[in-house]
Amino acid sequence: MRFVFRSVLLLLALLSFDAQAQLSIEITGGGANQIPIGVLRFAGEQVLPQSISDIVEADLQRSGRFRMLFAGNVDPLPSEVAQVNFTDWKNRSADALVIGSVARLADGRFEARFRLFDVPKQTQIGGVAFTMNAQQVRTTAHRIADLIYEKLTGDRGVFSTRIAYVVKQGSRFELQIADADGAGAQTALASREPIMSPAWSPDGTRLAYVSFENKKPVVYVHSLVSGQRQAVANFKGSNSAPAWSADGKQLAVVLSKDGGSQIYLIGADGSNPRRITNTASIDTEPYFSPDGQSIYFTSDRGGSPQIYRMSATGGEATRVTFDGNYNVSPRVSGDGKTLVYIAREGGRFQLKSFDLASRQTQGLTDGQHDESPSFAPNGKMILYATQISSRGSLAAVSIDGRVKQRLSVQAADVREPAWGPYFNN
Amino acid sequence: MGMKNLFAFVAVAALLAGCASTPIEESKAGVEDRTPTTAVLAQPGISTVTPVGPNADQVPNELKDPKSILSKRSIFYDYDKYDVKDEYKPLLQAHASYLAKHRDAKILIQGNCDERGSREYNIALGQKRADGVKKILQLMGVQEGQMESVSLGEEKPRCTETTEACYSQNRRSDMLYRGEY
Repeated sequence: MRFVFRSVLLLLALLSFDAQAQLSIEITGGGANQIPIGVLRFAGEQVLPQSISDIVEADLQRSGRFRMLFAGNVDPLPSEVAQVNFTDWKNRSADALVIGSVARLADGRFEARFRLFDVPKQTQIGGVAFTMNAQQVRTTAHRIADLIYEKLTGDRGVFSTRIAYVVKQGSRFELQIADADGAGAQTALASREPIMSPAWSPDGTRLAYVSFENKKPVVYVHSLVSGQRQAVANFKGSNSAPAWSADGKQLAVVLSKDGGSQIYLIGADGSNPRRITNTASIDTEPYFSPDGQSIYFTSDRGGSPQIYRMSATGGEATRVTFDGNYNVSPRVSGDGKTLVYIAREGGRFQLKSFDLASRQTQGLTDGQHDESPSFAPNGKMILYATQISSRGSLAAVSIDGRVKQRLSVQAADVREPAWGPYFNN
Repeated sequence: MGMKNLFAFVAVAALLAGCASTPIEESKAGVEDRTPTTAVLAQPGISTVTPVGPNADQVPNELKDPKSILSKRSIFYDYDKYDVKDEYKPLLQAHASYLAKHRDAKILIQGNCDERGSREYNIALGQKRADGVKKILQLMGVQEGQMESVSLGEEKPRCTETTEACYSQNRRSDMLYRGEY
């Protein structure tokens, strides 16, 4: 069964959301071959504190994979297949149609039900009923959008995932976590000193990051469940660039304790550091391949920073990038097929993708200071940091470079994005 | 029946409904029942970090006298470079002599970069700058235990405009004595 959700019902955190710190998302480019879809208002949804169908529609639109058709003026709203006017939707060139209904249950909770139709075939291709409380409207809407997205594109949806990023406001730094649509931002750590390089553990319960609270870079692991944090690499010199192994048991980190910046493996609790590079050059920005077998990293051993690959236990490294004299920040897609990195060309730093099989390179962005790429867990979008009118901002681009989004926070500098994993695997 | 089993049962029932010639239940045909789970993140529990600041009283006057070369602490670099230019050798020699004379004195060498390029690569580049200063001081007779070289990368810029004049201020190693950081 594809969708077996974890049945543990967790309490929603009752946190105050700072409206000013809310990320807003603007779509700046559309995708090719968009699927025309109508999302009708869910019958009876006015009993909810917010419209569930609006959130579903916004999710689908933001992905760039759909062309949203005007779905107003339908009265009465259908909630069963027999009530759908397929001829009308065929005339509107819809390929897919979403209808739904919401009802208040006797216990005060709500049932939200949706159905997805293949309009040309006039058949139902999906439908789920969710029981939820008033605080779970967004969560439920993202789940519905995920199901629709997967049914129609064949790729798993990422609307229920989360992102982490750093906000700098004046001299205050905050590590924040928000839903993938930028809503519901929560602060995990606030500091007067810089925070950088957040990295999600594979199960999404912990973040590793670098904090300068001790006047130098130290690597911490922070539990998002308990709020507890622990310094896991605090050696003499600098400690930075944490990356999780695929099983979440180890971190690759960069330490300068033995001279120079070199890559080490440590337990996720900071135990047993082992050096896995041995050069007089810079070796940094480790990133595990999804199969856990290799580590991609940046090194200037050839005279300029380039991307290399080695076994996850160290040893001989193979150079991966050859064009240009500054290629850094390697990240690999979940299917292991695509490498993205930042290249400097003519003084501009831009995101490139590299097909590891065909060895074809493609430019994905056209900014001046693009950095810190992070793949969505389905590998279809890449979140990265950019600058808009000399202020840090987040942006996302699809793997084919066609869909572009911009995420910004009013009056603050946003940087260091990291897209979290799927929950409920 | 556990919750998970219940879901599996409903899901299988829904699947069967799709294949069967007569739907199991007309009103709910093709609809699976689920309760949405909330993401694992329950309550991050905001941690606020309040670092300890410098304490100038700990710093000997000898190091603070603006007329003394010892009050100068910064070495500047060219873009992407980490070699210490000859013009800074007298400055390093003065600090090396002070540290050799005061074996209990300790310094923190902080390497810094301009904002261009990868933040993590700039940590490594800043480290290379700080390590370079440390190596020279060591050759000049300072004991390794008196020094720690760290990198601030591009995270603590002295100047924040996007001009070369500003960038050149940020490509820098600073030598800080106890009480100064």
